[in-house]
Amino acid sequence: MTTLTLAKAINEGLRTAMEDDSKVLIMGEDVGKLGGVFRVTDGLQKDFGESRVIDTPLAESGIIGTAIGLALRGYRPVCEIQFDGFVFPAADQIITQLAKMPLRSLGKIKLPVVVRIPCGGGIGAVEHHSESPEAYFTHTGGLRVVACSNPVDGYHMIQQAIRCDDPVIFFEPKRRYWDKAEVERGAAPLAFDRAQIVRPGTDVTVLTYGPMVKTCLEAAAAVEQDGRSLEVIDLRSLNPLDTEMVFESVRRTGRCVVAHEAPVFSGLGAELAARITEACFYSLEAPVLRAGGFSTPYPPSRLEDHYLPDLDRVLDAVDRTFAF
Amino acid sequence: MRVNRPKDGDPISVALNAQERHVTFDASRGAEAPPELVQLLTPEGERVEHPAYDIDLTPEEVRGLYRDLVLVRRVDMEAVALQRQGELGIWASLLGQEAAQIGSGRALTDADMAFPTYREHGVAWCRGVDPVNLLGLFRGVNHGGWDPAEHNFHLYTIVIGSQTLHAVGYAMGIQRDGADAATIVYFGDGATSQGDVNESFIWASVFNAPVVFFCQNNQWAISEPLEKQSRIPLYRRASGFGFPGIRVDGNDVFACLAVTRQALKNAREGQGPTLIEAFTYRMGAHTTSDDPTRYRVAGELEAWKLKDPIERVKAYMFKNQLADQDFFDSIEAEAADLGRDVRKRCLEMPDPHPLEIFEHVYSEPHALLTEEREQYAAYLASFEGGER
Repeated sequence: MTTLTLAKAINEGLRTAMEDDSKVLIMGEDVGKLGGVFRVTDGLQKDFGESRVIDTPLAESGIIGTAIGLALRGYRPVCEIQFDGFVFPAADQIITQLAKMPLRSLGKIKLPVVVRIPCGGGIGAVEHHSESPEAYFTHTGGLRVVACSNPVDGYHMIQQAIRCDDPVIFFEPKRRYWDKAEVERGAAPLAFDRAQIVRPGTDVTVLTYGPMVKTCLEAAAAVEQDGRSLEVIDLRSLNPLDTEMVFESVRRTGRCVVAHEAPVFSGLGAELAARITEACFYSLEAPVLRAGGFSTPYPPSRLEDHYLPDLDRVLDAVDRTFAF
Repeated sequence: MRVNRPKDGDPISVALNAQERHVTFDASRGAEAPPELVQLLTPEGERVEHPAYDIDLTPEEVRGLYRDLVLVRRVDMEAVALQRQGELGIWASLLGQEAAQIGSGRALTDADMAFPTYREHGVAWCRGVDPVNLLGLFRGVNHGGWDPAEHNFHLYTIVIGSQTLHAVGYAMGIQRDGADAATIVYFGDGATSQGDVNESFIWASVFNAPVVFFCQNNQWAISEPLEKQSRIPLYRRASGFGFPGIRVDGNDVFACLAVTRQALKNAREGQGPTLIEAFTYRMGAHTTSDDPTRYRVAGELEAWKLKDPIERVKAYMFKNQLADQDFFDSIEAEAADLGRDVRKRCLEMPDPHPLEIFEHVYSEPHALLTEEREQYAAYLASFEGGER
């Protein structure tokens, strides 16, 4: 057991993957000597060399496009997009090529490319540095989309993403990079596409992922003394969703709140609400409610505390489910 | 309100003048010096010397190139006819670009990798891809479907210019493998405006990747002439990125072969990328859905007909007695057979099973698709006889 921050846990996971498989490459802006702006790739270029840890020109489409080419040649590139808001120049390569090429080849091509994206707000950053673009990617067939929320998952899930033969969009909650936890390197990891009950409860199922997991756990702890028991599920995999675990929980609790930083409208919560309504209709005591960002561009950072759903906004949604 | 009228020298009229100049600018002439063009075989079939490039072909090799040119034109013609008869949804004809594709395609070794657009039927031929496999995409029974690794010929890419980055990434893989190989990537004049193409130039340059950028400048990006894309000859773009650019007569199969061969050799030997601009002409429409009479004059087409890539080889062969009439007759017969065969097998191509929609999207089980597949299978089974 070692205590690691999330950033260090992902770093260790990358290191292990690179040691295990010489085809694993790291690519991105400033990932070499600097170790990435969040230091997630710290020390890797020093130990694995410039041909495996590649400082790329500043062009995101180029990063993904050349990663596809390297994957076609048998490599397993792990691309870092420096910030969530910078992924859009690469969206064309991700959506039109990375997601679709295996199908185009009738399965003859596999593209084991991982796209790491530090995501979400809460760090007081300037525009384009605080976004939650996951729904753009969960909407695209051919991609797997996952979000880690803690160092244990950071360490294991990045390795699973690299081993996966499908393209994976890997979201990392940047405001949780410095959170610490005990990580057991030898432990058998949870399956890559499974959700996890991170706090069992009986009254309301709270579905969340990424940076909001911690917020929801704090919310659950805060209402415990009021005698209200929240079951918090970290979805981990956003496409595919572990609906089996979600439905089982909601059938038990009869109530559900989905919390994410991304805008509520057309967000992952909408998909979850629709699916839960269809599968758990007769178990529901209230409609599925959502706590999330507004349908606006991400606001200036002095306002982000109003935009981001915090503990109170999550609990407000919980309260409202009891009003039905 | 007072209206400011632009005067000479003020920013508005400078901008207007620039625009005017832009409209009348002839990109094929070049901004500074007149462009140089590598040509080894004139439209009249005369072999000419070039100080930097030469080619030594046996009579058999010349006959082989002629056969390639004729057969790919025949496949293309058959595909156009199949589209006109409703058997293909669309087709992108290579008519007029045969020499650029056969010349460059025959320059490749087995170990080299080619990344095409959707018009490289001639290169596909050189890489041993069954022409019928090209039709699947246009008939709508698949999105591609040949094995890129088997032929070292990647799938057709429809989004303009995307494949240039794939080719550079692949070339970076070759570098890491220490392999004696290079990649070649095809794109058109319109694609040179794409960000991806420019990014691929940068990547190839800074990583010194073994890649040849083969731009078929066929003068038209659907309806947009070259001056909508560039104020300088396209091959000169390369110098700004730090690697050589060269313009070749794209209707001269000898020159295309010689220039591409050299560029690939340079790439394999660690000298990095080259941009080749094959100066050619799209004799047909952009695709079978296009109508070029709306935007270009007939005289232009007539002028280019005189530079036909096949006729000049034939003239050369006649003049130098490299083949007799029997040879030309046998090629015509082979082309007719190939056309018939392509047509027959196109018509026999089955529609895929509806549940194929869910296949090959992921390589490992995916819960959502498994669920959707099961639901749709049950829905189909609910119809009488199990068919909608």
